Amino acid sequence: MAVLELTNISKHFGAIQAVNDVSLSIEAGQVVGLMGDNGAGKSTLVKMIAGNFRPSHGTMHMDGKELILHKPVEARQHGIEIVHQDLALCNNLTAAANVYLGRELRRGVGPFGILDYASMYKRAGQIFAELKSETRPRDLVKQMSGGQRQAVAIARTMLSQAKIVLMDEPTAAISVRQVAEVLNLIRHLRDQGIAVVLISHRMPDVFTVADRVIVMRRGRKVADKTIASSSPEEVTGLITGAIEQVL
Amino acid sequence: MAVTLDQTIAQKQHTLLTRVFASQTFWVVIAVILACLFLSFATDSFATTKNIYNITRNVTFVAIVALGMTFVIITGGIDLSVGSVLCLCSMVLAVTMHAGYGIEVGIAASIATALIIGAFNGILIAYLGFPPFVVTLGMLSIARSLAMVASNNTVVFQFGPDHAQLLALGGGAWLFGIANPVLYTIVLALITGFILRWTKFGRHIFAIGGNEHAATLTGVPVRQIKVAVYMISALAAGIAGIIETGWLGAVTTNIGTGMELQVIAATVIGGANLAGGFGTAFGAIVGAALIEVIRNSLGLLGINAFWQGVFIGGAILLAVLFDRIRNFRRSD
Repeated sequence: MAVLELTNISKHFGAIQAVNDVSLSIEAGQVVGLMGDNGAGKSTLVKMIAGNFRPSHGTMHMDGKELILHKPVEARQHGIEIVHQDLALCNNLTAAANVYLGRELRRGVGPFGILDYASMYKRAGQIFAELKSETRPRDLVKQMSGGQRQAVAIARTMLSQAKIVLMDEPTAAISVRQVAEVLNLIRHLRDQGIAVVLISHRMPDVFTVADRVIVMRRGRKVADKTIASSSPEEVTGLITGAIEQVL
Repeated sequence: MAVTLDQTIAQKQHTLLTRVFASQTFWVVIAVILACLFLSFATDSFATTKNIYNITRNVTFVAIVALGMTFVIITGGIDLSVGSVLCLCSMVLAVTMHAGYGIEVGIAASIATALIIGAFNGILIAYLGFPPFVVTLGMLSIARSLAMVASNNTVVFQFGPDHAQLLALGGGAWLFGIANPVLYTIVLALITGFILRWTKFGRHIFAIGGNEHAATLTGVPVRQIKVAVYMISALAAGIAGIIETGWLGAVTTNIGTGMELQVIAATVIGGANLAGGFGTAFGAIVGAALIEVIRNSLGLLGINAFWQGVFIGGAILLAVLFDRIRNFRRSD
């Protein structure tokens, strides 16, 4: 069964039709590359899944149950995690503090509990080890490389039992060596049965790590096929409109 | 491979000692200690019980307000209204007690005034998006004006039936001959330090100062916390006002004039960053102490008081200079 299923989703802002009648389903343990030019509707689609926008039409289902989101926090409660393009990290805090930001562990009684530094360092360290990333929980994020910063942002998604992770341009602004690191992180998420949606402009990344590619153009889904049955040339044609549609 | 990775992750990059040496607060402490040692030898009057008593007590008013200001500055904000809020709270206390109410009523009215003003500042800043500088600049003017209205711009020096109690509260020395204001400052500093280091609220304050957008995205209640920090800042000013009233035994409408600059100077000297994200309770206290030691020493050394501003301004620049030098080295 699909983890997440979108049926005839549309979103318009006034007269502008940002997303038009898109249906798609995402399976557990699958990496889906979501591609398209600027303004194709990728971000709007992702923002609806993340709870930032409500769809104008259509329905979303998660594990067979209808999913209605009013706020981003609700998406997180349903196991939908987002890695933002700018990573949303605080440079003045440690890696562990960033991983736990907004859901700090505490020990003690009720609202008077004090921060449980030891447990947060320990668990963050375990997650970095799982991700095979050389990131020290006690280091300040300010001093970290692009790859380590990505690891911190991704580690956040592993705190709770995430079912689906949306990654917005995770490889846009980092070095070649770090891109390889990030793609490895994505594979680790997949190996744990998490569905990953990779929003990217970079053709090589999608073809390296994704199982499936979805292409959007002008608010419509114009392709949805396995990586094996597609090619970078075809996807480029679909993005630019040289190829009309393959479904 | 797995072993080395685990080792890397478990490694601590900084020992306690390197962290201490890297902190601006540490060097300011050293500066305060050196200044005190120098003054003890250079003058006969510095290391006397009376002078130490005076210095420690004088530090407290700026220090208490600086503790509150630290919260605001860590979030990346600023509160220029503290001097006027201190004045208004003193005046509310004085006028209430002068009218014949007890000390409890006076203090409650004073604290309530502080919290209302803090909430007003905070709501304009957090919910309506006003710049903190502008809101608190406006409040600087409003609060002092209200104090003049409340007292009809007179000096209040009779505090009704509980007159003696109020004076004891601010002017007494209940424990080992340490001035009461000093005791309050120590308690408040410990509370502030605890909140900043050990509570979720404290952690979120640092997060907002580091990257407000990130804090919002990760579900930190940014707006509520911003309102809370301005309330804390005003509350600190109110508490300092109550204590100062008890110590002085009289309130005029120019009490606390220009204090906001001293308070901001103290927090910055102590290592807080006006851009947000950094600051400690201990730093605020140490910063306030350095300013007071400079003030006191100029008097004892017989240097013209007009030079005070130069030395205090120099201390601000020097403290921040240390920070810049460390940053340059790091970016090399």
